[in-house]
Amino acid sequence: MSKIATAGNAGPKVRSDCEITIEIRQKGGIAINLKSKVKTLFGESIKSLCREVLDFYRIRNAVLSIDDSGALPFVITARLEAAIRKITGTEMEFLPEMLKENLYATTPDRKRFSRLYLPGNNPGLMINAGLHSAHGIILDLEDSVAPGKKDEARILVRNALRQIDFRGAERMVRINQGQTGLKDLQCVVPHNVNLILIPKCETAGQISQTLEWINEIRSGKKIRNRIFLMPIIESAMGIENCFEIARASADVVALVIGLEDFTADMGVQRTPEGTESLFARSRLVIAAKAAGIQPIDSVFSDVGDLDGLKQNVLKSKALGFEGMGCIHPRQIKVIHAGYSPDDTEIDKSMKIVLAFEEASKNGLGVVALGTKMIDAPVVARAKRTIEMAVRLGLVNSRWRETAGNR
Amino acid sequence: MAVKTVINAAGRRVPVQINGQPVVPFMGVGKHRPSGRKYSPPITSCSDFPSDGNKVVGSLEEALRKCGLRNGMTISTHHHLRDGDLISNRIFELASTMGVKDLVWFPSASFPCNDPVIRYLEDGTINRIEGSMNGPLGRFVSEGRMKGTAVLRSHGGRVQAIQDGEVKIDIAVLVAPTADPFGNAKGTGGQSSCGVIGYGKADSMFATKVIVVTDNLVDFPCYPMEIEGIYVDCVVVVDKIGIPEKIVSGTTEITKSPDRILIAELTASFLEKSGILKDGVTMQAGAGGTSLAIAVFVHEILKSKGWKSKFGFGGSTKYMVKMLEEGQMGYILDAQAFDLDAVKSVENNPNHIPYPVYNAYNYHSKGNLTSMMDIMILGATEVDLNFNGNVVTHSDGYLLHGIGGWQNCLHARNVILPLPLFRDRIPVIVDEVTTLCGPGDLIDVVITERGIAINPLRKDLVKKLKGSGLPLRSLSELKDEAERICGKPQKPHFEDKIVAAIKWVDGTVIDVVRKLRTSL
Repeated sequence: MSKIATAGNAGPKVRSDCEITIEIRQKGGIAINLKSKVKTLFGESIKSLCREVLDFYRIRNAVLSIDDSGALPFVITARLEAAIRKITGTEMEFLPEMLKENLYATTPDRKRFSRLYLPGNNPGLMINAGLHSAHGIILDLEDSVAPGKKDEARILVRNALRQIDFRGAERMVRINQGQTGLKDLQCVVPHNVNLILIPKCETAGQISQTLEWINEIRSGKKIRNRIFLMPIIESAMGIENCFEIARASADVVALVIGLEDFTADMGVQRTPEGTESLFARSRLVIAAKAAGIQPIDSVFSDVGDLDGLKQNVLKSKALGFEGMGCIHPRQIKVIHAGYSPDDTEIDKSMKIVLAFEEASKNGLGVVALGTKMIDAPVVARAKRTIEMAVRLGLVNSRWRETAGNR
Repeated sequence: MAVKTVINAAGRRVPVQINGQPVVPFMGVGKHRPSGRKYSPPITSCSDFPSDGNKVVGSLEEALRKCGLRNGMTISTHHHLRDGDLISNRIFELASTMGVKDLVWFPSASFPCNDPVIRYLEDGTINRIEGSMNGPLGRFVSEGRMKGTAVLRSHGGRVQAIQDGEVKIDIAVLVAPTADPFGNAKGTGGQSSCGVIGYGKADSMFATKVIVVTDNLVDFPCYPMEIEGIYVDCVVVVDKIGIPEKIVSGTTEITKSPDRILIAELTASFLEKSGILKDGVTMQAGAGGTSLAIAVFVHEILKSKGWKSKFGFGGSTKYMVKMLEEGQMGYILDAQAFDLDAVKSVENNPNHIPYPVYNAYNYHSKGNLTSMMDIMILGATEVDLNFNGNVVTHSDGYLLHGIGGWQNCLHARNVILPLPLFRDRIPVIVDEVTTLCGPGDLIDVVITERGIAINPLRKDLVKKLKGSGLPLRSLSELKDEAERICGKPQKPHFEDKIVAAIKWVDGTVIDVVRKLRTSL
């Protein structure tokens, strides 16, 4: 077995990360060669942290080479742990402290307008991710992580779940398929993950398999927090089965469509108009609504085109979607604004509700507002709009008192 | 030889003598009142100059000889060609071949393109630099390798030092994109246009000898002249004074970093909610990515409210020019143009007015532009719990930036520092700044991506913004948060040797930088 292993990233463009190479030896004690941007300020603390990790793994003789671009402590320990595990195969985990701010739970019906994808092996993008007010943060172990980096990314994501305060965003992890996915779950489930994204989901069986794994891990580790599931539908087969998938478990809270993979599977080009996926999107929305869960749209991949994004969100909302993934924080605001009810919508809803209540008082079941007839379903939709506006802080919960002079 | 030191009014230990000359320790803001008269260069006679007004000489070397270049002289230059400057290094190359020693280089700023002067510091041609230093030059000085002690001044402090005779310029070498044979010169025109040469005015007025170097000689009169020929001894024509694409950036761009954009949004929101941003506002923001983003957001607010800024002070960028052109800014007063749009605007727009630093920033004058500004957006490498700011050294002790106009700008009505809470694990808020450049009394607000700290001295702002929904925190809360994320940094180790003195705007010594112990 090789006695040398490397984990992490270094290079001119890398920030807030480090690359650690460890050579475990028979004798000679511990030697640490540190190259770091922050050596004057953190050199001693980086070295003593590494010694603590080596001590934890009972490694007494080793040469460490560290190329550091300002990695935070939880990143350094993740990199060193990954390198050590590569050599020794140990399953011991060097866990950083779990911040108590991170021990929150989420609810099945919470808002999920935006969820920000973060590549699971890039700590620089994670540290301030919680500041941008996304409804969910996805630590991605799947497509954004190179096959050879899956093991180290998993450890980094675990540490991030413990050490980064995402400020109330739903803490999500996208796992890999198959056995790699199982390893992912084993690593992240014990660390208060709120939701697991299951990629390339095609059958209800995948949901029950994932649940089985999660429950096994939970019972072994006595974990009590509820973990929701968000299957990503990315194929023709997935679309055909999406209602069954949506109803596979009460833990499934949303269905997501992944259009890059879906169009590839269909053998068609993905276009800005989206005609090629219109049926699939509509079908997924209907399946989700029928199952009483949230339909969520695919990401918009041109991060520079915020106007295009806005148009895309409005179309998505019109189809019935209740959220969209994002790949850059600047997309979040546009997405939130797009899915939120706008002023005209809110005003109209208020008028409808007030007119209907007035009519009910007078014993009428149907009323006209202008030339339009208002009946129960119209009122129900108006009420939903106002409830959402209240939850979003756009409208005061005592809006009836001030309606009309908004 | 140990120099006597004292504790100044800011609590910093500073020497009473620098490079053999007595200096005044910092006495507090507005406390030092020098008496006496301004410095004046020797009287000259026009009978010593060509009666046809043609002062062109054959080469820079000839000009330097004619001006009597010799050991120990002070040579000044300005930095309008920025990283494209081809002349400054050439002066010392010539001096070195002429065997001249112990010069003092007195630039208004230095750039990476000036790193080759390290050679002339090493061979004894240059004794010291009195001006900003960054990159390898900063390292050279921080490691104690420069013979003399560096003196760092703000842009305003530099012209104050010239005017008050603290620095007597023997020869000023002023590059000019356009000049006439008499020495009148301006910043526009030719192949090396930089828009404005507002940093060279005091040098031209107070230096004993003045050389204008141009690559675009035009017939008399070169108009409108920023440098006046009556001060100029000789004119040198060269093929190229600079590398155009390095003189001005083709374009300045707002930051792409989501965290910096967040800081810019918070700053704009702060300006709006505090009422500081209003119709008729006066403002200044730099050319950094975050400042530009703030300018864009401020522009949007002005537009949506139908407000107009009375004037803005440059360095100008295309974003400021856009405000001028779209009607949200009355005038741009400008000491330097940062990008091509700004250069074009100076050339074509009569409301874009060149405005020398000597007129805007000199503390020993009858009024400063900076105290007339409502909004001042500035940076810093560190801010301490008393709102004191550092702009010259990093937390690791290395000199890496000049002061620029930073100290002068602290006199604005509302001084706002939008800063990331930490950079590559290095917290920006510290217990005590490594080097004190500006007293905390003058810094009003620090805006980070994780919260806004208002200086408790600004009771009006504290009161106004209570319940505003802005994330208001104390500096110590912000510092604790940064240290919880990054860890508490160690301190760099310094030796006793003073490598640089930091002057306050009135010429007193506010702090010093000591030699770094690098054997760690």
